[in-house]
Amino acid sequence: MLQKKFGEDVSRAPIAQRGQKVEKSEGEGIGANIKVTIDGKELRVPVGTTILDAAKQLGIRIPTLCYHEDLCVAGVCRVCVVEVEGQRTLQASCAYHVTQPVAVQTHTRKVRHARRHVIDLLLSRHYGNCYACGRNNNCELQALAKEYGVDFFRFGHLEQPLHVEDHSSHSVFRDMNKCVLCRRCVRTCIDFQEVGVYEAAHRSEETKIETFVDKPLADVVCINCGQCINRCPTAALRANDQTDDVWAAIDDPTKHVVMQTAPSPRAGIGECFGLEPGHPLTFQLNTALRLAGFDKIFDTNFAADLTIIEEGTELLQRLYAALVLKDASTALPMFTSCSPGWVKYIEHFYQEYLPHLSSCKSPQQMFGSLIKTYYAQKNNIDPASIVNVALMPCSAKKFECNRPEMCASGFKDVNYGLTTRECAKMLSEAGIDLPKMTKSDFDDPFGTATGSGVIFGATGGVMEAALRTVVELVTGVKVENFFDHADIIPVRGFEGIKYAEIPVKEVGLVPDLVKHLFQDWNWLKGAAIKVGVCHGTSYAKKVLEDIKAGGRFSECHFIEFMACPGGCLGGGGQPIPTSPAIRAARAKAIYSEDRAYSVRKSHENPAILQVYNEFLTDGPCGHKSHELLHTHYIPRGKFIP
Amino acid sequence: MMLIPENEVLKQELKGVAERYDNKRSALMPMLQMVQSRHSRISEFAMQVIADMLDIHPVEVHGVVSFYSFLNSEPKGRFIIRLCRTISCSMQNKDRVARQLENDLGIEFGQTTGDGKFTLEWTNCLGHCDEGPALLVNDKIHVKLTPEKVHDILEECRSTFGLHAAQKKEGGNH
Repeated sequence: MLQKKFGEDVSRAPIAQRGQKVEKSEGEGIGANIKVTIDGKELRVPVGTTILDAAKQLGIRIPTLCYHEDLCVAGVCRVCVVEVEGQRTLQASCAYHVTQPVAVQTHTRKVRHARRHVIDLLLSRHYGNCYACGRNNNCELQALAKEYGVDFFRFGHLEQPLHVEDHSSHSVFRDMNKCVLCRRCVRTCIDFQEVGVYEAAHRSEETKIETFVDKPLADVVCINCGQCINRCPTAALRANDQTDDVWAAIDDPTKHVVMQTAPSPRAGIGECFGLEPGHPLTFQLNTALRLAGFDKIFDTNFAADLTIIEEGTELLQRLYAALVLKDASTALPMFTSCSPGWVKYIEHFYQEYLPHLSSCKSPQQMFGSLIKTYYAQKNNIDPASIVNVALMPCSAKKFECNRPEMCASGFKDVNYGLTTRECAKMLSEAGIDLPKMTKSDFDDPFGTATGSGVIFGATGGVMEAALRTVVELVTGVKVENFFDHADIIPVRGFEGIKYAEIPVKEVGLVPDLVKHLFQDWNWLKGAAIKVGVCHGTSYAKKVLEDIKAGGRFSECHFIEFMACPGGCLGGGGQPIPTSPAIRAARAKAIYSEDRAYSVRKSHENPAILQVYNEFLTDGPCGHKSHELLHTHYIPRGKFIP
Repeated sequence: MMLIPENEVLKQELKGVAERYDNKRSALMPMLQMVQSRHSRISEFAMQVIADMLDIHPVEVHGVVSFYSFLNSEPKGRFIIRLCRTISCSMQNKDRVARQLENDLGIEFGQTTGDGKFTLEWTNCLGHCDEGPALLVNDKIHVKLTPEKVHDILEECRSTFGLHAAQKKEGGNH
């Protein structure tokens, strides 16, 4: 279940449309459970439960289309209609909240005919052929048509497209010819993420899902998070497909194609090959990608570890400036900057808070610039011939690698950001059955990674990784002494907003790594590091409003923000479908991977220390690292001129 | 005299309406109607200002503006002529009136004349089924239309549009 705990007015949807999360109640009498009879089976459910939820509990399937577990109720598609005794008309079971005993029939003649009719009508305005479609075999409309045995177009079929495809965005590709007006993207964007790109415009048969005055997606305030893609039942919304470009690079013998894989796609890609969610295929993927033709496979976790060192140092620098130098201009709390969706969100909606954003690039971009500088030098490869591909759970990464400032190496640091789905498609094109692959390790020189890098994929992961490192750097004591197995539980979990305090009771010696920046830690003694974690931009908005109002998050030192619900594992490039249960399974996979690593703290990663010894010789947050690993942001604002 | 940019004037006007409704979402329709009546269109700028004041998304404002026929974001003619197309008016020869309108104005339904004076549109029932065909010129209803009457209506519009007409109207308001 998606938990919305912080704050009261959690949803912008009208009360009647909000997902009613009903507590289990016991006993009889008013306000207690109500008898629901579905297809003759009886069940007692709390007041407010929908017929659909009750049917699920009984194991009775009611088909749905516009309904989505993450979103508020719309009740627009009418596919889930059922017959309720005493009601003249059919009722949408997803929107019918039980308030008195009801008897329901889910597959009477009337219901079956109505559903088939609805599906026929949806198909009559749905342009395209299934075999020439990006969502073939993973399309909810197609599945419904099969379920109801549609074998001809009763109301005709569009012969010509009605709308122009929108290729303007680096991340999201829109083809409104495939839209069935379920409004999932509208509810995702307005209510779930609170970004507000789409809305149903016009009226009646002219209704169309539009952006603000129907502008191209690249021109409106879109953060590229891709949550709409994950929830679109058809192929109306897809991530921009770059597999052809990547294949072209692989086929070109003059190119050195380097792939970096992030932890979340590795935890999710099995779903594209028929596995249950929660089966990480990290090392099988290495073998598979080599078979597909990539020259080197690196682990983005290396760059995640690097991010932790850089970001942790930056945090300590800011704390030093604020606490010791009493520099009032220091922007605290510091915000994480790993999530490109979140970065674009703050650039648009809260540009006055941009100084709070850590100047560190995301792991993808850090790795990109290191591969084209450090790795290229070390191996005598012309950086111009390197093609950097990043396997990411994210559609916003496609935008991020195209940002003009992301050229620190003198070339485009990361050439292509691939989503998990695109990678699965490439592997299936190459005839590779991923789950059957043998395991193999990552390539040197970045081979080893740590558990801290892995948990970047889950919400709270960046914070946990940063705390593991910062606590040890400052106290000189193993973090296991404070937290069992170095599992910092307070920052884990799927609550929208989390808050924790880590007291610094004792301080140790300054480690060599940051000796050039700090002489001692005495100024931190007795302080408490206050941290916050939030995921999903609707929660980010609440945290930022809290900071604006001077609430408790304004006193935090470090806050992790992720644009997508659940963190990267729920990203817009992950396998479709998504639901709270699927995201929880992926998180479990990620945390179990973390436990399996022998080195679980970023600053203990030998490859990191090697990079600082050999290449970034002026240390974390030094001149060279600023050149390659840090960036700046653009105040974009939300007004479209 | 201080010059105030047009956009600032619009912002002030909108602020007044929003405050009357406590800056709540329910202020949306009154704000839109105010902009529509004063500026005869709701610009992209106005939509974004409204969204900002009510803490909603501009696209939601766009959704509402595009939903209602009497709100428009693109400029339309000074006189918007809406002819009823529903069944009673059809039975009373609305087609002949329509043809006359098209011929006199030189445009088809859904279009605006080159001089920006007239826009021709269809509408559904105006509630004057007993005296059809009926049409609306902006807010004014005309009933029992014949092709001959179309000419008079258009002439009346032309004679009330222009500098003198505007002054006369402002004088009338005071």
